[in-house]
Amino acid sequence: MIPVGHDPAGQAGWDDHPPRMGFFTDTSVCIGCKACEVACKEWNDVPSDGLNFSGMSFDNSWGLGADTRCHVAFIEQPRGEREDGIRWLMSSDVCKHCTEAACLDVCPTGALFRTEYGTVVVQQDVCNGCGYCVPACPFGVIDQRKDDGRVWKCTLCYDRLQVGQEPACAKACPTNSIQFGVLDELRPRAQARVAALQAAGETEAHLYGDSPDDGVGGAGAFFLLLDQPEVYGLPPDPVVTTRALGSMWKRAAVAAVGLIGAAVASSIGGRHG
Amino acid sequence: MADSSVERDGLHGVAPDRDAHITPGRRRRRAADSMVPEPEFQSYYGRPILHQPTWKALDIAGYFFFGGLAGASSTLAVAASATGHPALARPLRYGAAGAITVSAAALVHDLGRPGRFYNMLRVLKPSSPMSVGSWILAAYGPAAIGAALPLPAPLGAPLSVAAAALGPAVATYTAVLVSDTAVPAWHEGYCEMPFLFAGSAAAAASGLGLVTTPVSGAGPARRLGVIGATAELAVGRVMRRRMGMVGEVYEQGRAGRLVKAAEALSLAGIGLAVAGRRSRAASAAAGVCWLAGSALTRFGVFEAGVQSAADPKYVVEPQRAGK
Repeated sequence: MIPVGHDPAGQAGWDDHPPRMGFFTDTSVCIGCKACEVACKEWNDVPSDGLNFSGMSFDNSWGLGADTRCHVAFIEQPRGEREDGIRWLMSSDVCKHCTEAACLDVCPTGALFRTEYGTVVVQQDVCNGCGYCVPACPFGVIDQRKDDGRVWKCTLCYDRLQVGQEPACAKACPTNSIQFGVLDELRPRAQARVAALQAAGETEAHLYGDSPDDGVGGAGAFFLLLDQPEVYGLPPDPVVTTRALGSMWKRAAVAAVGLIGAAVASSIGGRHG
Repeated sequence: MADSSVERDGLHGVAPDRDAHITPGRRRRRAADSMVPEPEFQSYYGRPILHQPTWKALDIAGYFFFGGLAGASSTLAVAASATGHPALARPLRYGAAGAITVSAAALVHDLGRPGRFYNMLRVLKPSSPMSVGSWILAAYGPAAIGAALPLPAPLGAPLSVAAAALGPAVATYTAVLVSDTAVPAWHEGYCEMPFLFAGSAAAAASGLGLVTTPVSGAGPARRLGVIGATAELAVGRVMRRRMGMVGEVYEQGRAGRLVKAAEALSLAGIGLAVAGRRSRAASAAAGVCWLAGSALTRFGVFEAGVQSAADPKYVVEPQRAGK
């Protein structure tokens, strides 16, 4: 609905704002240590998401949610051509901080807002827990905390950014798999990394969420993946739902006028019925 | 968060497909001993990509139904009143006031923080159907309730007309609200959803009219009900067919049963309303059928959305096909 283009912070009304900040997550060097998950929990004081055994490789936090704002996926793939017969993929996932963010578009209270860094953050003192952002998010990121009623997600550590610190997960990452920086600088770096990996024989290496031409106008947190996005639990080609909103309103208006017309016609036709 | 636990006697509530091959799919060969057919798409342990809507079916499908009932009732009430059907107009005005109260209460009840419901009117955001809808409700609610009060005509008449004009917006904005999500069974139906909701609302209001009004004065409700229920049936079918593979969730499981029951009720209502147009009992029965059919249509749509969000294939396959 609201065109945001390539400068979401400026479009949101920030006149003099810092460059758009984001993540480039290079999953090819992720070792699955979960330091990012722990750092996120600690820094943001996120409650427990339960002590569960999932049976899903080393992943016992299941996926992103209100109390898992940073999630490491573990994928074990039988690969006969490898010495150990298996390929083990790991990937640290967070909110994508979309250029065209559906959660932000549909939020009726203005609790979700665009920061000066171009990220998307929930104002917890405003959110009334209507839950609209939850089914609006095409990545399944934001969720409601049941005992609290409000919605929670990654803030890209808004508080840390404001004092010149990098987000907790990136700070804790020992292999620099999570690279924080100015988005415009991260993109060429990521492209160079893909080229290097492809040259080394990792032909499936590709970037996910880096293109401003994709269905969400490009993500503020994008990834280098070694397999199809859906293997990591990511949608292959998401499109922000609000792109069709104008057409939806037009159709609703026609339907509403039709309802009036039908009521009038039914009342006039056969006055003695 | 998951519900699994390790007890003395073993595992409870573990993830589905945990023993299956992790990423079965196009390029992988199927395990020889597997009895499970290989899915055609890949996923992360079969886990959903989207989060389940946090909305409760009774609250939100109920809010859609009562909003539709209220909105269409206000419109039909004024049309009936203007064409000399006062016996029909009166119960519809009361019905609209009651239904919009229930609808708004259901909406507030569903909030994670009901005490902050007034934050809905903190901003007006054209990009948020719920924000626009809150403002529509804020204007329509008082008008519909005022129209039902014994006010002097110079005050009551403009309120009735305002409610009649805003009513169809109340009945159809909820269709935009559900469609403006990433939930496949809701979003993919955005072309037809407003017409489905408008037809369903017309059927419900007409049903209320037939239940409450003697046969001699209920003609407009009978005719509008036939139009509304027919639209509900036809548009629903067109919507499900046009959606492609996502449309199948409307035929499966709980959603399938709800949709089937809704169709049977709407159809029975049409039959009873036409064949029993001189019988008070048959007309009232037709009215009950239309009310119930309209409610089940909304619950069916709601449930189909929930089912489509729970299965990653409804996210992956259409997106792959569209690429």
